[in-house]
Amino acid sequence: MGDLVQSLIDAKLTPEGVSDWVFYLTAALVFGGIVVFGFVLPIAGITTWVERRIMGRMQSRIGPNRVGPAGFLQWLADGIKNMLKEDIVPTAADGPLFRFAPYVVMTGFVGTFAALPFTSALIIADLNVGILYVTSVTALVVVGILMAGWASNNKWSLLGGIRSAAQIVSYEIPAGLSIFPIVLLTGSLSMQDIIKAQGAGPYSWFLFANPFTFLAFFVFFVSALAEGNRTPFDLPEAESELVAGFATEYSGMRNLLFFMAEWGNLYVIGAIVTTLFLGGWHVPFTFENPLVQHGLEFATFFLKAYGVGVLVPIWLRWTLPRIRVDQMMSMCWKYLVPIAFVNLLGTAAWMLWAPVWMQVVVRLVLLTAAVGATLAFLRRVVFHLEAAKLGREHLSFNPLGTARSPG
Amino acid sequence: MGLGQYLRSIKDAIQTIGEGMAVTASHMVRKPVTLEYPDRLPGDVRVQDTLPFRYRGILEVDLEICTACLACERACPIDCIVIDAEKDKAAGGLVMTRFDIDMAKCMYCGLCSEPCPTGAIHHTPEFEGADYSLESLVRRFVKAPTIAYKPKKVGETDPNVKPILDRGLRYIAEFAKGGTD
Repeated sequence: MGDLVQSLIDAKLTPEGVSDWVFYLTAALVFGGIVVFGFVLPIAGITTWVERRIMGRMQSRIGPNRVGPAGFLQWLADGIKNMLKEDIVPTAADGPLFRFAPYVVMTGFVGTFAALPFTSALIIADLNVGILYVTSVTALVVVGILMAGWASNNKWSLLGGIRSAAQIVSYEIPAGLSIFPIVLLTGSLSMQDIIKAQGAGPYSWFLFANPFTFLAFFVFFVSALAEGNRTPFDLPEAESELVAGFATEYSGMRNLLFFMAEWGNLYVIGAIVTTLFLGGWHVPFTFENPLVQHGLEFATFFLKAYGVGVLVPIWLRWTLPRIRVDQMMSMCWKYLVPIAFVNLLGTAAWMLWAPVWMQVVVRLVLLTAAVGATLAFLRRVVFHLEAAKLGREHLSFNPLGTARSPG
Repeated sequence: MGLGQYLRSIKDAIQTIGEGMAVTASHMVRKPVTLEYPDRLPGDVRVQDTLPFRYRGILEVDLEICTACLACERACPIDCIVIDAEKDKAAGGLVMTRFDIDMAKCMYCGLCSEPCPTGAIHHTPEFEGADYSLESLVRRFVKAPTIAYKPKKVGETDPNVKPILDRGLRYIAEFAKGGTD
C-alpha cells in the first residue's frame, strides 16, 4: 500500500502545500478503517454465528435460527444488544486500567491485519519482517488480558489473567520455533515472499516439503490454538472454574471486544497457517483480468484460512474437554518444544544433505500419508454413523437443515 | 519416562483426538432431534401427541367412570383435590356435587391416580397450563350433580362408557407393570 500512496503523491494528485506524512497518515487511517470495519468485524461476528450453528449440529441441536435467514443476523443482534448494555466498572477496580485493557487486546489482534496478505497484490504492508511482526504484535494480547485480570480486582479475573500469561508466554516458544523451518526454506521473513516460494498444488506446499515441516505444521497449529485461548486451552476463561476468567467483571461493549478478539484471532491463526504451510493465495491458472485473478486469489486464501483457522478449531472445541493446567504446561515444555527444536535442526540438515530424488520421494510419501489419514478418518466417521443405526431419513449434510420429525 | 513411552503417548493423543473428531463429525451429518416448539413443528404434529402414555401433565377426571370412592382425595399429599358426594336413594347411589382439582397446588406426583380403581383420575400429556390468575387454575369437573359410576359384574356394555373405561383400565395396567418406558 505504501507504493500506491507514493505513486499518488508522484502523480501530483495530492493537494498542494500538504506534507507527505499527512497524506500517508490519512491513507493509513482510511485503509485501516476499511479493513477493520469491512473485514475484521464482520469476520469475527459471523464466526460467532458459524460456531453456534456448528456446535448445535454437533450436539444434535439446531442452533440460532430466528434472526434473519437461518439465524444469520444473530451476530448483529448480539452486537447491538451488547452496545446497548450498561458499561459497568466495579468500584474496587482500577478504573483507567480496567477501561483500557480491552483496547490493548483489540490492538494486538487488529494490528496483525497490517501484515496479513489477502491476495498477491492486496496486503496493507508487505513488511520485510512480516511474520516476525505478526507474532510479536499478537503478544500484545497477553498484556491486555493480564491488565484486565489485574485491574478487575477479583480473584477469578486475576487467576484467569495469570493463567493466560503463563500459557501464551509458554506457547510462543514452540510457535516461534515452528516458524523458523519455513524461514530457513524461504530465506525471508516477508509474508509475500514465503507464499511466493510455494505453489498452487499441495505438492509444492511447505506442509509437505519435508517430514519436519509436516510436524511443524501441527506443532504450530496446537501452539496457535493455545495462544488464542481456544478450547482445549481455554484455561484463562474456563467457565466452569473461573466464572469467565479475565472477562468476569466486564459487561456490554468491553466484554464484546474481548470476544471479538478471540473469534477474530481464529482467522488470524488460519491466515498465518495458510501463509506458512498451505501455499497462501496461489491459484493454478493465471487470468488476464486482474479483478478475476485477485478475486480468485482472495477466495483461495480466505477459504483455506477460514477452513483451517476457524472451522477446525470450532470442531476441536466441541470434541475435546479442557485440559488441566499442569497438562497444558507439560504438553508445551515436554512435547511441543523438543519436537519444534528437532524440526528446526532437521530442516537445516535436510536442506544441507537431502538429495533431490529423496526430496521428491518424501513429498510424495507425505502426500500419500495425508490422503491415507483422511480416508482412515472418513472410515471412522462412517463407522460411527453405522453404529448409531440411523435410517437414511435421519441423515442430512445440510448444516442449515431443520429438525427431524418426531417419532 | 523412556522414549518408547514418550512416543506412545504422542500416538495415543493423536489416535484418541482423531477418534473423538470422527464422532463429532458423524454428528454433523445427522439431522437435529430438536422440535421447534411451539411455532415451527413439522406438519400437523402436536407435541402432546408424541409424549408417552404415562406422561404426567395436567390432571383430568373422567366423571363417567368415577366411583366417588374418595381414594384420590385421601392420597393427595397437599390436599388439592376436593370431592363432595352424598348418598341419594332417589337417584340410586352416590351423587357428586363437587370434584375440584387446584392445579396451582398440584405437584404432579401421580399419587392420586395410583389408587383409583377405574383409572378415572389420570394425568394427561397436556402441559400448556399457563394462566393469568390462580383462581382459573382450579379445574371444576362437576358441572351439574352427577351419579357416581357403579362397576357391573358382567363388564361394561354401554358403548358410550366402554372406551373411557378401557382407557382407564389401561392406566391401571400400566401402573401394575411399573418401571419406565
